[in-house]
Amino acid sequence: MDQIKVFMLGWEFPPFISGGLGTACYGLTKAMDQLGIHVTFVLPRVVDSQYITHVNLLTPGSRLSKSSSKFVEMKNVEFRTISSPLQPYTTPDVYQQRIEESLRQKQQSTSVSGTKWCPASIDYSKDMYTEVHRYAAAAVELAEYTEFDIVHAHDWMTYPAGIGVAAISKKPLVVHVHSTEFDRSGEHVNQMIYDIEREGMEWADKVIAVSHFTRNIIISRYGISGDKVEVVYNGVERNGSDNWTLAGTGIEKDEKIVLFLGRITMQKGPEYFLQAARKVLEKIENVKFVMAGSGDLMHRTIEMAAELGIGQKVLFTGFLRGEDVQKIYKMADLYVMPSVSEPFGIAPLEALNNDVPVIISKQSGVSEVLMHALKVDFWDVNEIANKIVAVLKYPPLEMTLRNHGNFEVRKLRWKDSARKCAKIYQESLLRCEKCIS
Amino acid sequence: MASICFYFQVHQPLRLRHYTVFDNNDQYFDDYKNAAICRKVANKCYLPANRLLLDIIRRFEGRFRIAYSLTGVLLEQLLSFSPEVLSTFDALAETGCVEFLAETYYHSLSFLYSRNEFVDQVNKHTETIENLFGQKPRIFRNTELIYNNDLAALVESMGNFDAILTEGASHILGSRSPNFVYRPHGCSKLKLLLKNYSLSDDIAFRFSNRNWSEWPLTSEKFAQWISDVNGNGNVVNLFMDYETFGEHQWEDTGIFNFMRHLPEQVLKHPDNNFKTPSEVVQTYDSIDTVDIPHLISWADTERDLSAWLGNAMQSNAIHELYRLEKKIKKTSDEKIVSDWRKLQVSDHFYYMCTKYFADGDVHKYFNPYNSPYDSYINFMNVLNNLQSRCSGQALLDVNHIPEKALQDKNYLTETASGGAPCPS
Repeated sequence: MDQIKVFMLGWEFPPFISGGLGTACYGLTKAMDQLGIHVTFVLPRVVDSQYITHVNLLTPGSRLSKSSSKFVEMKNVEFRTISSPLQPYTTPDVYQQRIEESLRQKQQSTSVSGTKWCPASIDYSKDMYTEVHRYAAAAVELAEYTEFDIVHAHDWMTYPAGIGVAAISKKPLVVHVHSTEFDRSGEHVNQMIYDIEREGMEWADKVIAVSHFTRNIIISRYGISGDKVEVVYNGVERNGSDNWTLAGTGIEKDEKIVLFLGRITMQKGPEYFLQAARKVLEKIENVKFVMAGSGDLMHRTIEMAAELGIGQKVLFTGFLRGEDVQKIYKMADLYVMPSVSEPFGIAPLEALNNDVPVIISKQSGVSEVLMHALKVDFWDVNEIANKIVAVLKYPPLEMTLRNHGNFEVRKLRWKDSARKCAKIYQESLLRCEKCIS
Repeated sequence: MASICFYFQVHQPLRLRHYTVFDNNDQYFDDYKNAAICRKVANKCYLPANRLLLDIIRRFEGRFRIAYSLTGVLLEQLLSFSPEVLSTFDALAETGCVEFLAETYYHSLSFLYSRNEFVDQVNKHTETIENLFGQKPRIFRNTELIYNNDLAALVESMGNFDAILTEGASHILGSRSPNFVYRPHGCSKLKLLLKNYSLSDDIAFRFSNRNWSEWPLTSEKFAQWISDVNGNGNVVNLFMDYETFGEHQWEDTGIFNFMRHLPEQVLKHPDNNFKTPSEVVQTYDSIDTVDIPHLISWADTERDLSAWLGNAMQSNAIHELYRLEKKIKKTSDEKIVSDWRKLQVSDHFYYMCTKYFADGDVHKYFNPYNSPYDSYINFMNVLNNLQSRCSGQALLDVNHIPEKALQDKNYLTETASGGAPCPS
C-alpha cells in the first residue's frame, strides 16, 4: 500500500506551545514524518498582516527561517495555517474578551499611527462558535487544493472542520480526543461544545482516545459505540541537552521544591495542591511549593494560599515555556499533578524525563501507563501530603522512583503512537463506505 | 529406594494498616484485614487440606508421612482468628506421622542482619512448637529457604539440629542431583536436604497451567516420575507453600483430588515410601559436600535475595529496622519489642519489590498494596513512629542496660553493618 496522506487539523507547534495538545500534535506529527507518512498539517494562527487571505500557505522552509530549527527534520510534512484567533484551552468567554481587546488595540494603534484601519481581521468572528465554523469553511476551501486519503482532527474546535472536509472529499474522518468537556468543566458542561464534540465523534469513522479513562467517558457520556473508539497513548520526547545547572540562578539548594506545573484551572486541581502543601508544612519546614502556569483560577489560587497562611511558602511563576520549563524541572524535587480529570497528562512524563519523581492523580490517563509513580485520589489531600512528605524525607524512595520512572518513560515513544494511528487509518480506509461511492 | 519427603510451609504475613506521617499511635497492624484473610485461607486451604491429609495418614496407617513449618506469626493469628485450624494441626501431630520444623518465629531475614536476634527467634519458635505439639524440632529451615555456608555453620553451632533445608538450585548443584542427602561445606554433623524444584513446582506452580505440555497432571503420572528416581537418588524433596492447596491452586483445579490419590499411586511401587525430613536424615548418609558461599533462596527464577533486598527502598527499610535493635531492646518494653519483631516479617520487604512490578505477575497477587512505593512509605511511617516511642523510653532506661547478657556467645556477631545484605 502506498504511504497514507493525512489531512491533519491540529494545533500550535513549537515554539508557540501552551500545553499538552500542542505537544501531542508536534510529537505525533514528527513521528509520522519519520515513518514516512505524508501529513498536511493545518493549524489556526493569528496573522497580523493587512494582506492576509483566508488561507496562508507556508512551506517548511519559510517557517524555518522564522521559528524553529526542529522543522528541518520533517520531510513529509507540509504546514498550512489558517488565519484565526482560535487557541486551545480557551473558553467562549475568554475568546470574546480577547477578540474585543484585540479590536480595541487595533483601533488604538491605527489611530495613533494615523493610517486608516484596514478591517482585515474583521473576518474573525466575534463569538467562538461562529469562528469555529468559519474556520471549518476555510479548511474545506484549503482541502480542495490538497491531496489526501484521510482526515484527522484534534479536539473539538477542529471537529466541524474535520466533518466538513471529510464530507466534501468523501474521505474517512478520525477524531482524536485529547480532552472532553467533562474534563474541562466537570458537570457544568457547555451544551454547545458538548454537541460539537458529540457530532464529531458520531461522524467519525474512528475515534482515538488518549487513554482508557477518556475512552470510558466517550462511551458513557457521548454514547459512542466502543467498537470505534481506540486508545492511543501519548509519548514523550527524549530531551537532548542536559547540561543546565542551578549555578548562576541565585537559587540555593537548601530548600526542597515541590512543583505544580500546568494550567491553573479547575481541571488541574490547584486547590488540592495547596491544601496538601499546608499539611506538608506541618511536618517539614524547608520546602517551597512552586506553581508554574496560568489560568482562570490563578488569582483565586493566590488568594487561597494567603488564606491558608502559607503565602510565603508558595511561589507563582506565571506561564513558562521552552527553557524555563527545563529550568524549573531541574530545580524541582517532586512534581505533583492533582488533576480532577486528566485525559492523559504529558507533563508527568516530561518531569520523569527530567529526573523528577511524580505524584499523579488516579483520575488521569497517564496513571494507566506509569507504574513507577505515586498515585493518589485528587480529593485525598491527606494522602497527597503523606506522599509528598515521604518523598522529601526518604531519599531511597525518591531515588527508586526517579531511576525506574526515568527508565519507564523511555518506553513511551511517539513512534509507537504514530504506528497505532497508522493502523487505525488503514482500518478506516478499508471499511470506509463513503470512499467507494 | 525413592522416598518422598513432603514439607509444607505455612505462613501468613501481618499486614500493616494504612499509616500516614500524620498518624501517631501504636496500632500498626490491620487486624480486620489479617483476620479476614486468615479465615478465608483457613476455609479454602488449611481446614480442607488438614482434614484431607489427616484422612490419608489414617488410611495408610503410618506409611504416609509429612512435615510442616508453621511460623510464629501464623500460629498467633490462628489462635486469635481460626483456633479450629490449630486443633486440626494438633490432631495431625497426634498421629506421629507429622514432623514440625524449626524456623525464625517472625519469618524474618534476621540471619542477614542480626545473629543475636536470629538465635532468639529460632529459640522462641522451637519453644512454641514444643508447647503446642509436644515435639522439639530437629530440622531447621530458614525464611524463604535462604541459605549459605555461614547459616549452616551457625545452625550447627546451635547444637539442636540434625539437618537444614534449602533450594536445590541448579547453579549450585551443577550436574549433581538434589535427590541425595548432602553435607554443608564446613559442617561435621549437620546434613543438607535440597528441594527438588522441578517436581515441587510441577505441583505448586504448573499444576493448573493449561499451556503446560504435561497438563493435566494426574497422580499416576506424577507417581511414575517419582518411581523414575529409583536408581538415581534416594529422596525427592517436595517443598512448597501449604497454600498451594486451595489458595494458589483452587479447589476446582483438582489439586485436592490429586493429593488424595497420590499416596496410593506412589506406594504401588514397592521401592517407594514417604519419609519426614528427620527420617530421611536417619536413613541416608550424605554423599558429598555442597559449598554455597553466596546466599540463595527458593524465590523467583533468580533463586536469590532480590525479591526482598533488590532495590534501595528495601535495603534502606531493613537497615533502618535492624539499626534500631539496641534502642528497642534497651526499652525492655514488651509491646515495643514485639512490634519491632513483627516488622521483621519478610513479607514487608517483599511488598517493596520493584522487580516484576511493571509486568504485574505473581508478586502482585499476594501484595496488599497497589505499588511497592506505597508499601515502603507505609512501612517507614510506622518505623518512624516506633523509633519515636523508644527514644522517649531510652532516656528513662539509660542506667540499667541488660545487653551484656545477649552478647556473650561467640557466634552472636553483628552483621548489620554496611550496605550489603550478604554477610559472607
